[in-house]
Amino acid sequence: MACSCGNAEENQEQYLAPLYDVLAGYECKEKDLIPVLQDAQEEYGYLPQDVLQEIAKGLGVPFSQVYGVVTFYSQFHLEPRGENIIRICMGTACHVRGGDKVLDKMKEELGVDDGETTEDLKFTLESVACIGACGLAPVIMVNDNTHGLLTPEKVPEVLDQYRD
Amino acid sequence: MEQSIYRSHILICGGTGCVSSGCKEVRSSLEDELARHDLEDEIKVLETGCHGFCEKGPLIIVYPESVFYCELKPENMEKLVEEHILKGKIVEEFLYQEPVTNESVRSYKDIDFYKKQERNALANCGHIDPEEIEEYIATGGYQAIGKALTEMTPQEVIDEVKDSGLRGRGGGGFPAGLKWQFASEAEGDKKYVICNADEGDPGAFMDRSLLEGDPHRIIEGMVIAAYAIGADEGYVYVRAEYPLAIKRLRIAIEEAEEYGLLGDNLFGTDFNFDLHIKEGAGAFVCGEETALMASIEGKRGMPRPRPPFPAQKGLWGKPSNINNVETYANVPDVIQDGAETYKQVGTEGSTGTKVFALTGKINNTGLAEVPMGITMREIIYDIGGGINDGKEFKAVQIGGPSGGCLPEDKLDLTIDYDSLLEVGAMMGSGGLVVMDEDTCMVDVSRFFLDFTQSESCGKCTPCRVGTKQMLDILERITTGEGQEGDIELLEELAENIKSTSLCGLGQTAPNPVLSTLRYFRDEYEAHIYEQNCPAGACEELLGAYVIDGEACVGCTACTDACPVDAISGEAKEEHQIDEDACIACGACVEKCPVDAITQ
Repeated sequence: MACSCGNAEENQEQYLAPLYDVLAGYECKEKDLIPVLQDAQEEYGYLPQDVLQEIAKGLGVPFSQVYGVVTFYSQFHLEPRGENIIRICMGTACHVRGGDKVLDKMKEELGVDDGETTEDLKFTLESVACIGACGLAPVIMVNDNTHGLLTPEKVPEVLDQYRD
Repeated sequence: MEQSIYRSHILICGGTGCVSSGCKEVRSSLEDELARHDLEDEIKVLETGCHGFCEKGPLIIVYPESVFYCELKPENMEKLVEEHILKGKIVEEFLYQEPVTNESVRSYKDIDFYKKQERNALANCGHIDPEEIEEYIATGGYQAIGKALTEMTPQEVIDEVKDSGLRGRGGGGFPAGLKWQFASEAEGDKKYVICNADEGDPGAFMDRSLLEGDPHRIIEGMVIAAYAIGADEGYVYVRAEYPLAIKRLRIAIEEAEEYGLLGDNLFGTDFNFDLHIKEGAGAFVCGEETALMASIEGKRGMPRPRPPFPAQKGLWGKPSNINNVETYANVPDVIQDGAETYKQVGTEGSTGTKVFALTGKINNTGLAEVPMGITMREIIYDIGGGINDGKEFKAVQIGGPSGGCLPEDKLDLTIDYDSLLEVGAMMGSGGLVVMDEDTCMVDVSRFFLDFTQSESCGKCTPCRVGTKQMLDILERITTGEGQEGDIELLEELAENIKSTSLCGLGQTAPNPVLSTLRYFRDEYEAHIYEQNCPAGACEELLGAYVIDGEACVGCTACTDACPVDAISGEAKEEHQIDEDACIACGACVEKCPVDAITQ
């Protein structure tokens, strides 16, 4: 492959192939916009501009609307993300049980700030509103796994499970 | 269908709480042990939904004895199988111990946490396998829809729900039957029923547990609503943050379709109903009904002015009925047992039960379903086991970001929709966060405003700009920059935002501030006029820590605990804290065995 930036025509086609598969599964009406964006993000890890433009074309909705929806919902991302997504719960129960201390320790361990991704693209750190596991506060989610009753001391142990 | 007879059933909780404490590993170890003793054909292991007692997970209940074991580890399974299953001896060490008396309790029914509860909506949660439709049917499930479709007219169904007094469990408490009546009367060739499972209130997780533990009950409630209003299509709007709930609901819908409980010509009638799942994409405001519908349509989830209400012009402009998960969960009982029976529980204006999510500084955290009209004290002390670490109760926050904080003298208030509004709180979705003496009420207000401010969709100015202004003032106060007049300014802003915001998010956003100002005004004043945080929680208002040289035993525990290496001193000698380096985090205080560190 001479060029991998996605600009060469054949590369572009190859690059967008998974998106066409996603679109094929839908009626491609306006109501499918959010599910299509969710599937596309699952496929690419984030939502690059080329993908968004193609989605706008595929669903027949203005690009401005696609961009509007993507930036409205916190689930969608315009930048590349880490292999593992760490969500630190900042809900009420976690707040009163010291969730912010867990977040601080996580920042320190990963060397990134809230919302950032580590340089090796291993981890993305996010603080989120309640993830609904308040009985186990303070709690975090790494990908789809919930880790509860955390203390700052337990943070390295949790991270090690996701480091190869 | 093949049915085997088992000597004993072992129910293992597979809710999100228990999964994160390792129930999958416990289950596989249990199954290995049973296989090792050739007991697979005698003992049935079932994975259920949430038992509600999340903090004590992983949990197991062994039937028929109904012995409740908690905080289990995979390595405990050898002993459990050998002692309990083979020899019939209860293993004391895995039993639950009451926090106050330290007594071991055998049966889960005798545990204080469950004793005062009346589990109706949650009846099946933790007792059936949510991924097997037969189990729901065996508990009487799908009988109510059979009754409605074959014995009742749609109007009779609506009348029964109206008569039951069932009110919306999602927050507002609007009578469900009335809502159905409006949608039923609205003219339209197409109507929808929608289930609001966008449970975003921090501190609430009952909808998640219901969907994970008993998804068929929600489906049944929705089908009944659809029949009542004349809808043939429905959506469940679930937060994407709830993957397990989505998975179980998806399985349940497939099963119901296979059994002819969803689809065309239900129960041999000409009534058709299809149900879809719509995953949310992370926006708190989508819990507001008009925003939720915009989101299903594929738009930015922004609310619009009402009227027209969804019952007249809802999803894609069609008449739509939208209720919360817990509301639908109550519907099968109303139809099956009748409104009269349903009304026996609860108070006159608020019938039935309510599920509360009990969290914060309390011994027993988890889900508690109680009759309306119970007192806060009963929930916190009898069910919740009181405040943990022997601390003093300070406040309970009810109703999430739309609710309020209630002080100790409101503990004997009987809880229903109306009594809570009178004291400046609201039922909301039923999150109860208990706070102790270490919680700063100004900081709690700041926390909620920070939340609503970042979740404000930005459509209307009072909410977008007003909450930002309030947050700025609160941040100022909690960092020691409070000024005279701040309290009055907060009150003025709060009233304006309440009366001029477009949707419920903005209209209720100031509630946490107003209720804390009402009951804990002295804490605000201490922050502003004395530069003091009485709870010792606002770090900027605290000075550095000092070690009492005479009390210090030189154990070095504090040196190890300090995250910024501000403590020096040789072992067995007096230690010192470098005032400039100290960040007043309090880590050393917790570790000091002789309480030599003070502020």
